[in-house]
Amino acid sequence: MPMSRRALLATAAATALPVRPARAEKPTLKIGVLTDLSGPYKDLAGPGAVDAARMAVEESGLAAKGINIEVLSANHQNKADVGASVAREWYDRDGVDIILEVANSGVALAVAGVTKEKNKVYINSGAATSDLTGAQCNANTIHWVYDTYMLAHSTGAAMVKTGGDSWFLIVADYAFGHALQRDSTDFVQKAGGTVLGAVRYPFPSTTDFSSFLVQGQASGAKVLGLASAGTDVINLIKQAHEFGIKMRIAGLLIFLTDVHSLGLEVSQGLTLTESFYWDLNADTRRFADKFARRQPGRRPTMVHAGVYSSGLHYLKTVGDMGLAQARADGAATVARMKATPTSDDCFGPGSIRADGRKLCPAYLFEVKKPSESKGPWDYYKLLATTPADEAFRPLSASACPLVKA
Amino acid sequence: MLGFTRAQAIGFVAMVAVIIIGPAVLYPVFLMKVLCFALFACAFNLLIGYVGLLSFGHAAYFGMGCYVTAWTAKNLGLSAELAILLGGLTGAGLGAVFGWLAIRRSGIYFAMITLALAQMVYFVCIQAPFTGGEDGIQQVPRPPLFGAISLQSDMAMYWLVAGVFLLGFLLIHRIVHSPFGQVLKAIRENEPRATSLGYRTDDYKWVAFVLSCFLSGIAGGTKALVFGIATLTDVHWTMHGEVVLMALVGGLGTVFGPVAGALILNGMENYLAQFGSWVTVTQGVIFVLCVVAFRRGVIGELAAALRLKL
Repeated sequence: MPMSRRALLATAAATALPVRPARAEKPTLKIGVLTDLSGPYKDLAGPGAVDAARMAVEESGLAAKGINIEVLSANHQNKADVGASVAREWYDRDGVDIILEVANSGVALAVAGVTKEKNKVYINSGAATSDLTGAQCNANTIHWVYDTYMLAHSTGAAMVKTGGDSWFLIVADYAFGHALQRDSTDFVQKAGGTVLGAVRYPFPSTTDFSSFLVQGQASGAKVLGLASAGTDVINLIKQAHEFGIKMRIAGLLIFLTDVHSLGLEVSQGLTLTESFYWDLNADTRRFADKFARRQPGRRPTMVHAGVYSSGLHYLKTVGDMGLAQARADGAATVARMKATPTSDDCFGPGSIRADGRKLCPAYLFEVKKPSESKGPWDYYKLLATTPADEAFRPLSASACPLVKA
Repeated sequence: MLGFTRAQAIGFVAMVAVIIIGPAVLYPVFLMKVLCFALFACAFNLLIGYVGLLSFGHAAYFGMGCYVTAWTAKNLGLSAELAILLGGLTGAGLGAVFGWLAIRRSGIYFAMITLALAQMVYFVCIQAPFTGGEDGIQQVPRPPLFGAISLQSDMAMYWLVAGVFLLGFLLIHRIVHSPFGQVLKAIRENEPRATSLGYRTDDYKWVAFVLSCFLSGIAGGTKALVFGIATLTDVHWTMHGEVVLMALVGGLGTVFGPVAGALILNGMENYLAQFGSWVTVTQGVIFVLCVVAFRRGVIGELAAALRLKL
């Protein structure tokens, strides 16, 4: 049947009209997970972190109260400007209320600045820099899982107590490595140990660490400390294994996924600090099982646990405050979160300090021998625990303006 | 005026119209980023497109512009235009020294020398205390323009960025279509012949190099103020790779090509951010497509199809 052009247009318009989505009646809360979905932190954060946030949303019970919660995710590509512009656009255009995760210190600090400007909420789980709750802290930011101070403190001091009292450090020659070297030297000496020497290697692009490893062995120290991160640490551990270095190796920033990719044969005996391990107790195993249902064949890292735990605490606070109030003022929401004690399967009971530092115990682990491991992901045995109130930089030494005021 | 052909004049008016209407449709901060990169890509195109010099180290001038603008705005409290100008002068200063060394060689040797010098800048930025290492310079305030006009709102900043971009764009166009630009093109086509005609080609190349670095520094400085950060990303060679890609996708040696390339590449980076690792894959595919299917770039192919000079 031939149809006139006018009729055709009218039909098209009539069908097009109802297609426009009806405005959501329910009040909506938006959570943005900004993470590395393609680079070096993909395994330890990445898609698992997005799933961890979704788990927190499901368990918060806010949906039953008639609050609609959306989880958005984006890849910051480890570029501070990409991270900052995604954060801005989320806050300005998409109505995002909170940003979670953000591995990579440079991006993390940039997002903290944007969040303060827009008066929203930002809880970091993946970045290492202790500046987030130090000189660059603000009233809208909370730092959840770990930081450089805590890693150096736990690995340095606890290691000495378990007999590793003489150290040699291999240091990445840039600000992050220097900070770890300074802090860990300090803690080793305070705990009664000695640092026999240190060597700095050019960063980035050093791939052959043989001469540094041999210097370490020649020093006669019991512990070889690696003040570095990422692929450099992986290479150092592999090469130390190939050289048959007989020292105890202490990694200052190593994640469960790094050990998983290295394999137990290479990484056995390695000592490291984390604030969460999936096989720590019945609660953490319950979380790990739920996580494995979403990410088959995988176990959560401390970053995944941090996203889950921080998301849950935020949503609980939103439930207490009421959605409208929580959305209106990010700083007030954060203040309320600091006033409320935290509690969840991953980190147990805890609290958040005035400078935005979440307190949790730091665990010193040793990587098991292949013969001790019962199966995949059974990697760590616990050596020592630093209690929550001692693990982090004390407020008296903080450079955070929120504390001084 | 300014040596525009009729088609270029229409293109320019259309571009200005898009810049004016743009913020009503797209997110202004995103557009500011596009404009900064468009200026950077135009500056790069000035060298590769019109002098035929393939520099491999433009991220150094862009990044140092970022750092100097951010540092002076944050620590000395300079006004916006002075901070950006200092960023540009830093780029020009570095370019003057590096260019003086590099233009003594041509082709792949020129590219390698610029890359090596740019890597040196990168390592200095990792180590130097003023750059803040891998944390970068953070929370840079947006200082008022001329010490009086506040740039706190995104729209005020947008008009400044648009102004800087248009000035830079017109400057490049003027350079290319001046007698000086004619000599540059002669050098690109046949350098020994230009020499035989009595032109001191090294001096011409050096001046073009410094101008390109100056505009790269301006672009970097403007970007630092838009986002309030300056980080290692800006000096890393991958930043240079992106600008090469922008110029290539848009069309080398065209006036509007780099602008289109900047829009395409930044749009991908921004709007594909939620698809995770697909960003880099898509960028790679587009690069391959560009090299295989349309070597003249988007604008270059369009110009060829319409038989126009764009």
